[in-house]
Amino acid sequence: MNFYNLLKIAYNALIRNKTRALLTMLGIIIGIAAVITMVSLGQSSTISINDQISSMGTNMIMVMRNNQRSGGVSIGSANVRSLTESDVDAIREKAQYIDLISPVVTASGQLINGSNNWPSSIQGGNEEFFEIRKYELESGTFFTSEDVRASAKVCVIGQTIVENLFPGGENPIGKTIRFNKIPLKIIGILASKGQNQMGQDQDDVVIAPYTTVQKRILAINYIHMINLSAQSEDVAEDAADEITEILRIQHKIKQGEDDDFRVRTQQEMLETMSSITGFLTILLAAIASISMLVGGIGIMNIMYVTVTERTKEIGLRMSIGAQNRDILLQFLTESTILSLIGGIIGIIMGIGLSYGITYFLNWPFVVSVNAVLISFAVCAAIGIFFGWYPAKKAAALDPITALRYE
Amino acid sequence: MADPILKIENLTRVFKVGSESVHALKGISFDVFKGEFVSIMGTSGSGKSTLLNILGCLDRPTSGEYYIDNIAIKDLSKNESSIIRNRKIGFVFQSYNLLSRTNALENVELPLLYNNTVSSKERKERAIEALKQVGLENRMDHMPNQLSGGQQQRVAIARALVNDPVIVLADEATGNLDTRTSYEIMSLFQKLHSEGKTIAFVTHEPDIANFTSRTIMLRDGRIIKDEAVQTKSAQEALSNLPVESDDIPEEKRTDN
Repeated sequence: MNFYNLLKIAYNALIRNKTRALLTMLGIIIGIAAVITMVSLGQSSTISINDQISSMGTNMIMVMRNNQRSGGVSIGSANVRSLTESDVDAIREKAQYIDLISPVVTASGQLINGSNNWPSSIQGGNEEFFEIRKYELESGTFFTSEDVRASAKVCVIGQTIVENLFPGGENPIGKTIRFNKIPLKIIGILASKGQNQMGQDQDDVVIAPYTTVQKRILAINYIHMINLSAQSEDVAEDAADEITEILRIQHKIKQGEDDDFRVRTQQEMLETMSSITGFLTILLAAIASISMLVGGIGIMNIMYVTVTERTKEIGLRMSIGAQNRDILLQFLTESTILSLIGGIIGIIMGIGLSYGITYFLNWPFVVSVNAVLISFAVCAAIGIFFGWYPAKKAAALDPITALRYE
Repeated sequence: MADPILKIENLTRVFKVGSESVHALKGISFDVFKGEFVSIMGTSGSGKSTLLNILGCLDRPTSGEYYIDNIAIKDLSKNESSIIRNRKIGFVFQSYNLLSRTNALENVELPLLYNNTVSSKERKERAIEALKQVGLENRMDHMPNQLSGGQQQRVAIARALVNDPVIVLADEATGNLDTRTSYEIMSLFQKLHSEGKTIAFVTHEPDIANFTSRTIMLRDGRIIKDEAVQTKSAQEALSNLPVESDDIPEEKRTDN
């Protein structure tokens, strides 16, 4: 029998039972739609997280103080004074893969502008800090190396600070606010960055020269962190190794001793986040696959009932010359058509659903081409696999018995 | 004389039921020649259904020879006998066996769907031609449930004719019909016979057998009578029926 006739026979048989065909497909439709939606949402969330991490600069490297052991007692990192400006100078001098470097000193406290106040924290950096952290100006200017050297009482503020300290809408540039009693003149306003992947407001920020924070606010002589940017994303890991090497020498750490600092690249953070979302995606897809399996069993169930119900038809087809193979292929084709059409509808629904969800969550909308292709292949496989047994049963019928079947 | 369409020599068929053997056919021989209209008669259990299954290549004899159109059926594989059924035999059943929710034309086309040598255009033309032969050219797109019993059987006959078989095998083809409709169907068979079709008609009703030209009577798996009969005209019988019998469908005994 040729393929076209086969399709015609199977198609006619399905059309005769439209409602049943539709209900049978429902299982597959839901299964495939669920898989496509889950995988697409997983990818969307990964992309959205990556975007946010990248917005902080993918080649950024952070050097932090580490817990130190002192005679068996771990001292919390806040009390450790392991990083200094000379470390920054050493890295600037010796490192090859580093582009920008900034010491970071942070302090938290109350911001006051007249009768308005806002609890926030202040970040101290040098003039390269803005570029490392990918901050952009909305208006005004960044501070300069001159300001850093002079411990100038200037600052650059984020949108959240503007909203809270200047609710009247007046221009903050040139105004002086106080941070823990230290007056700071606003010279720039940062462009909004929104929330980061942890839900933190990245606009709730005040940036001042680190020397100002260090000497005028905190009165300390060490620094909290070093922020750096590697020359490119590709050399970020090499840069991190290089920094570790330089700091170990700088801190006179002997072979086998633990570092008293930590080096973190954005790449590592990205990988950590990706592995979490990746795991969730796989988990959800696995759950969704179960519904696909159930859908497949639904098809087998209906095909099985169909074969029994259509025993007489099968007998007739055999008596007018259908070979066993024709009957087998007819039922296989029917189940495959069912699952493929169900699959196509499911794919369309899944894409629609993930579009809707990403639209409301404000995530980037992506369709996983792989998920679509794999689902489609799985559909065909389900049709053949779950159709095989009923079809085999149909083909094995004895035409005489089948014709007499009531 | 030409070679027979059907040639049967010493045919036996034994069914094993548990440890017992049932001899359904105990050595049957006869020939059917082109253009014959044979009725195969017998009561329930006489072996006529077994014989029909063998004639229709649905079953194999236990021993003996069977040739259809000079082809030895005994040596054929399952698939080859499917092809014989598809090309050489037309079946008409007691219960019509039309596909539901499938119109008359598509029902008639069905055997040709299993024949690769027929294009879809030719398939349609031949199906229309077959429906014309049974007088249903106006009912081609009717579903079986929109047709009367007699019309459904006509569709089934058209389906049996569409592959231009060497023999039409009818199994109690009038069994589900009232007398008038039975006579109409027999009249149709007589017309097809007059056009040169070879027909084997299995029935248990002597009344119906009288419309054929030869009767083979079976009893207990043996032929007890094989003779030419004086063919009655179904058309005449039809005109002799009292008019009111139209409305009284006769309860027919079914027996296979």
